[in-house]
Amino acid sequence: MTASTRRLAINRLKERGPLDGGAVDRFLHGREVPIVEGLRCTFLFRGEADEVWVTHRVLGLPDRLPLRRLRGTDLWSVVMELPERSRVEYQLEIRRGGSYERINDPLNPHRSHSPVGSSSVVFATGYEGPEWAEPDPETRPGELVELTVPSRALKRDARVTLYLPARFRRPAAYPLLVVHDGPDYLQYAAAKTVLDNLLHRNEVAELVAAFLHPGDRLVEYADSTSHARFVTGELLPFLERRFPLAAAPAGRCLMGASFGAVAALSTAYRHPDTYGSLLLQSGSFVFTDIGSDHGGGSVFDPVVRFTNRYRARPRAVADRVFVSCGVYEPLIVRNRSMVPVLSDTGMRVKYVESRDGHSWENWRDRLRDGLSYVFPGPRKYVYE
Amino acid sequence: MRDERELTVTVLGPQRRPTIRPVAGTAATVTAGWREREADDAELDGLLGGGTVNLRLHARWLDVLDADPELATAELNHRAVLDELQELYAVQVGHAEQAAAEIRRSSTRPRTLTAVLADAEAALRLLDERHLERVAAARADFDAAWRPAERDAVARHRARVTELLAGAGTLVVAGGHVGVLLHVLRLFAVSPPADVLAWSAGAMALTERVVLFTDGRAEAYAPGLGLVRDTVLLPHARRRLPVDDPVRLGALARRFAPARCVVLDDGATLAASRAIEPDGRLVVPADRRAPEEPA
Repeated sequence: MTASTRRLAINRLKERGPLDGGAVDRFLHGREVPIVEGLRCTFLFRGEADEVWVTHRVLGLPDRLPLRRLRGTDLWSVVMELPERSRVEYQLEIRRGGSYERINDPLNPHRSHSPVGSSSVVFATGYEGPEWAEPDPETRPGELVELTVPSRALKRDARVTLYLPARFRRPAAYPLLVVHDGPDYLQYAAAKTVLDNLLHRNEVAELVAAFLHPGDRLVEYADSTSHARFVTGELLPFLERRFPLAAAPAGRCLMGASFGAVAALSTAYRHPDTYGSLLLQSGSFVFTDIGSDHGGGSVFDPVVRFTNRYRARPRAVADRVFVSCGVYEPLIVRNRSMVPVLSDTGMRVKYVESRDGHSWENWRDRLRDGLSYVFPGPRKYVYE
Repeated sequence: MRDERELTVTVLGPQRRPTIRPVAGTAATVTAGWREREADDAELDGLLGGGTVNLRLHARWLDVLDADPELATAELNHRAVLDELQELYAVQVGHAEQAAAEIRRSSTRPRTLTAVLADAEAALRLLDERHLERVAAARADFDAAWRPAERDAVARHRARVTELLAGAGTLVVAGGHVGVLLHVLRLFAVSPPADVLAWSAGAMALTERVVLFTDGRAEAYAPGLGLVRDTVLLPHARRRLPVDDPVRLGALARRFAPARCVVLDDGATLAASRAIEPDGRLVVPADRRAPEEPA
C-alpha cells in the first residue's frame, strides 16, 4: 500500500481492524458512492454475492474490474484510477452461484440514459456538467414543430422535428442544422435546451434545426445513397421552400454522432458544394489499412468501405468541420486518424477530445464547442 | 445629425452596477441594442428619473420589415453581403495577427525585427482601412439603390422619431448589439438633442470607427456616428481583451492610432478611463487628468 492509497477512505476503514455491519453502516452513511478522492475512485457494492465486477467500456482498462470483499463484512470494493474531468459510465455485474446479473450501482443515484437503457455514472474531480445544458428561466424557449416529409428516396414518409428559435420571424435567412438521430439528441443530449440557451447567450447564431427521425439507422446512416438523396434532394428543398433559410452552403450544417456522423460525412461527400460545415461527434469511422478484418461486424461493412474510400481519396466536402471524441471510446484512434485526413483537404478542422465515453452526455457536453464553431453567434457584437 | 459642437456627449462604461443618474428634462431612450427585450426598460426609466420616452427603434425596424417586404428582402441581401465582408476580413485579420505575433516571438536582430514588425502592423492597418471602405461603399450602394428614407414605412417612423426627439433634452443610448444599434440609429436618422448619454455598445456606436473585440482579437466593424472623435471605445475590456499583456495591448493601440483606444471599465466615465499607450501601458491621458491629480 503506497502513501497515497493509504489515505483512501476504504483503506482507513480496513485499518480499523475487525469490522461488522454497524461499522459498514457508519462508513456508508452520508457518503457519496463511488468515492472520488483525488485521482482515485473507489467503487463499492454491499450485499451477498460470490463475485462482483465493475463493468464499463473505458478503452485501456480491463472490461471487468473485480471487487474484493472486506473480511467479515458484505462490503465489496475496488479502487480505480480516475483522471481529472473524467466521466465514466459503468454497471456492476454480480455472480450468485451460476447466476449472473448486471445492475446499476444501488449506492449511486447518478444515472446516464441512452436508447439502450441506463447505466450508473461517476464524475471525477473537476468534471462539471455544463450549466448551459440546464433549463434557464431567463432564456426564451424556441419551438418544436413536427413535420412529415414524403421521401421517394427512403420509400417512406420521413418524420422531422423542426426547431424554430425564440425570435423566429419570416423576413430572415436562418442557417439550417440537420441533426441525425434527432429524437435521441433531443431526449438524451438536451438538444433543445442547449440550443435555447446558446442562442440566448449569443454563443450560437440563431438557426433552424431539423432533427431527423431515422428508420433503420444502421442501414440508413451507413453510407446510404438513399439517405444522402433524401437529405439533399428532398429535405433541403422541402424546408427551403417553406421556411426562411439561408439556402446556401455556408448556411447548412450536417451533424451526427456515431453512425450519424458517418451519415453526415457521407452525405456531404456524395453532394459536394452543398454543405458549409459538418459537426461530427464520435464518428464510427472504422477503417482498415490492409485486409478486411475490421472487427465491427457486418453492419460496419458499408461504413468501412466508405471510410477506406474517403481516406484513399479524401476531398473537401465543406468549409469547416468540427470533430469530437471521448478518449475512453474504442473509436478514439479512428477519430484521431481522421483529423489529419480531413485537414489535409484544406477544410478548417477543429478537433476536441474529452475524458468521456461513447455516450449522449459526452456529445451533449461538446455541443457548445461544436455549434459555436460551425455557426458562431453574435457575441462579438454584443456589449451590454 | 446636428452639429456636434452643440452637443454634450457623456460616455460611460458598462452599467452592470448602474452609475447613471436622473437627467434634467425628458430623456429619449434607445434600447434597441437589447433587441426583443427593447421594451423591458422600467429599471432604466427609474434610474433616469422617470418620464422617459423610449424611441422603440427595434420595434419600428421590425414594423418596417413587415410593412415593406421589398425593402426587407433587400436588407436581408445587404446584410448577407456585409456579413460575408466581415467574415472574409476576419480571416485575413486572423492570419495577419498570427504573422505579427510570430514575428514578435522570433529571435531576429532587433533592427530587423522592428522593421518587419512595422510592416506586419501596417498590413493589419491596411486591412482595417480597406474593410471600412468596403463597408461604407456597400452601405452607400444600398442607400442609393433603395433610398430607405423615401420609403413610406421608414419615412413615417422617421417623422415620429423626430417628433419624440423634439421634446427631449437628452438622448440616452444603452448597450446591447452594436450592429443593430448602428443600423436603427441610421435608418431612423436619430438626431440627438442637446445632450447624449451612452454606454457600452451605445457609446461604441457614437465613435467614428466601431471596433469589435472579443477573445483577445479586434476587428474593425463599421464607421460609427462620429459624435466621439479620435477614440476607439473598448467596454468590457477586462472580459474580452488580454489587459495583462502589454505586448498585445500595445499592438492594439498602434493598430488603431492615431485614435486612442480607451478601456471603459464598469461604470467608469470617459474622463476617468484609461487609454492604451503604444507600449501597452494603461494610463489616464494627461489631457483628461483632473487638475489635482499628480501627473
